[in-house]
Amino acid sequence: MLLELKNIVKKYYIGTENELEILKNVSLSVRKGEFVAIVGPSGSGKSTFMNMIGALDKPTSGEYFLNGNPVHKMDDDELSEIRNREIGFVFQNFNLIPRSSALKNVALPMLYAGISKSKRMARAKDLLGLVGMGERAGHQPNELSGGQKQRVAIARALANDPAILLADEPTGALDSKTGDMIMELFLKINREEGKTIVLITHSEKLASQSGRVVAVSDGKITNQ
Amino acid sequence: MLLENLGLAIESLRANKMRSILTMLGIIIGIASVTAIISIGNALSSQVTSEMGSFGATNIYVMLQAKNPENETVYQMQDNDLLSEELITNFQQTFSDRVKGIALSQQGEGGTAKEGRKSSTVSVLGVNSQFGIVNNIKLVKGRFINEKDNAGRKNVGVVSEKLSSKLFGRSDPLGREAKVYTKQGVATYTVVGVYKSEESPSMLSTGSTESTAIYIPVSTANLAAGAQGYSNFTVMGLDGKVQQLKESMDSFFASSYKNDIWEANSMTMESQLKSMMNMLGSVSMAIGAIAGISLLVGGVGVMNIMMVSVTERTREIGARKALGAKKFHIRSQFVIEAMLLSLAGGLIGIVLGVIISSVASVLLGAKASLDLPVIAACVIFSMAIGVFFGYYPASKASSLDPIEALRYE
Repeated sequence: MLLELKNIVKKYYIGTENELEILKNVSLSVRKGEFVAIVGPSGSGKSTFMNMIGALDKPTSGEYFLNGNPVHKMDDDELSEIRNREIGFVFQNFNLIPRSSALKNVALPMLYAGISKSKRMARAKDLLGLVGMGERAGHQPNELSGGQKQRVAIARALANDPAILLADEPTGALDSKTGDMIMELFLKINREEGKTIVLITHSEKLASQSGRVVAVSDGKITNQ
Repeated sequence: MLLENLGLAIESLRANKMRSILTMLGIIIGIASVTAIISIGNALSSQVTSEMGSFGATNIYVMLQAKNPENETVYQMQDNDLLSEELITNFQQTFSDRVKGIALSQQGEGGTAKEGRKSSTVSVLGVNSQFGIVNNIKLVKGRFINEKDNAGRKNVGVVSEKLSSKLFGRSDPLGREAKVYTKQGVATYTVVGVYKSEESPSMLSTGSTESTAIYIPVSTANLAAGAQGYSNFTVMGLDGKVQQLKESMDSFFASSYKNDIWEANSMTMESQLKSMMNMLGSVSMAIGAIAGISLLVGGVGVMNIMMVSVTERTREIGARKALGAKKFHIRSQFVIEAMLLSLAGGLIGIVLGVIISSVASVLLGAKASLDLPVIAACVIFSMAIGVFFGYYPASKASSLDPIEALRYE
């Protein structure tokens, strides 16, 4: 298994009156090359689950192995490193670094990985080509449209050849036509590059295009 | 990594030009005043040192002063109050192994030197043979007043280059007669030497040494004035032993010169220099303190703007962390930005300080000098301010929770 979450529990305000259990004993396994959609209404614990998968957060109890690495045992800097190496984030609102060209944005995760400048730039150029943004490598985020920004973000997510692409509502800020194009790009990357993709969405339509749908409701997985 | 951070920092400072410049202001003022103070201070102290040095660092000036300063103007010094020639000779013999020379002088009667149609106002100073050595008088022609001149109370004189050319033009002045018309009559001195005209630094030296002075034998001057002794004289000691000599001298005169009103006091250049430097030092300290406060305020300004910058860029920090930035990466990014901000302020400050000090040096007539180590220290110091005041905001940025940061609106 590429991704293995076992009996994940996430609680907040532990030991107080307001103690809140967001994730209740959740388990999920994802194989290499899968395209999994995680769906659920807001307040279902879907975002917390995504943070968990993205190694942004650690479970209160339970185990999480990502590509064999025990994420549940890691400290902050180790989590940074595993995110850098094994996870490619695509956000709803792109989160490109302002005042930094598309090329530099794509090269950024490689900078944190300690890859030499020439290699970084070469690979960033290739990746921009892959997402159809080769012509706009020198543009800054504020000179790009929403769809173009998301393409750059996807190229950036692929920079360190991570184990999974983790996309959080990637079409949420785009019109439906552009959203479809972005979805196409994900499918293409999954199909042609064999990249494992975990997509967080509330859209049934998008979820239906994936290989497997995981529904989260009230902190539990209700189907597999 | 460092280069990338530097690039990022420059980008971010350029994006907020006005804000960056305003933030730098405190650093600019602080560094500019430090630079200006140091270079003006250097200029003044080197000027003072060289002025005093030319008088002679090994010289000790002895003078009669009232024991009670209030009596200084009340009593007139009488002939029998003066330091007698005998006492001074006795002193020189007692300390012969530690004294290089003693300069004695007696103010003669000045007047107008005339030669044909040419004339010049002159002062006349009677001196002993060692006066030239002690006061570092440089001869260009002939000789200085010697023992024989004094023993014979001869009417000979050593004139300045300036006076020589005024009276005798280009012709050889040696052997010619300089006539000085005074109220009493005419004094005639045979010129035996010419000394180099220099504005003699005479803060403490005896009587007039302006370059139109004629030096004559002190015995000749004493005879004319009817003087029996001296109210002051200058002793030239040996290098490095001046302070010791001064102390022995003080006890010598305390026991050998008895007077109800007056006492013989001595001063060295060293002590003069010291008190002068102390004064300069405390003025510099005062201005330095103001500069220090300005730097502190500037530093707090840098800190403040970095806090704002961190808050503004919370989302960016979240994204960077999600992409794999470790604490160190974020921290160094912001520290470098703060450092660059205050370094830029420091560089502008140095340029401004150099401009201020060159204007001041023109006004003061002292050559302002700024050495490389001072500039280097200013550069390093301004960078250090950036690091010091940038560290807290940078640490705050680096420890942001990525989830919270990404959610920040």
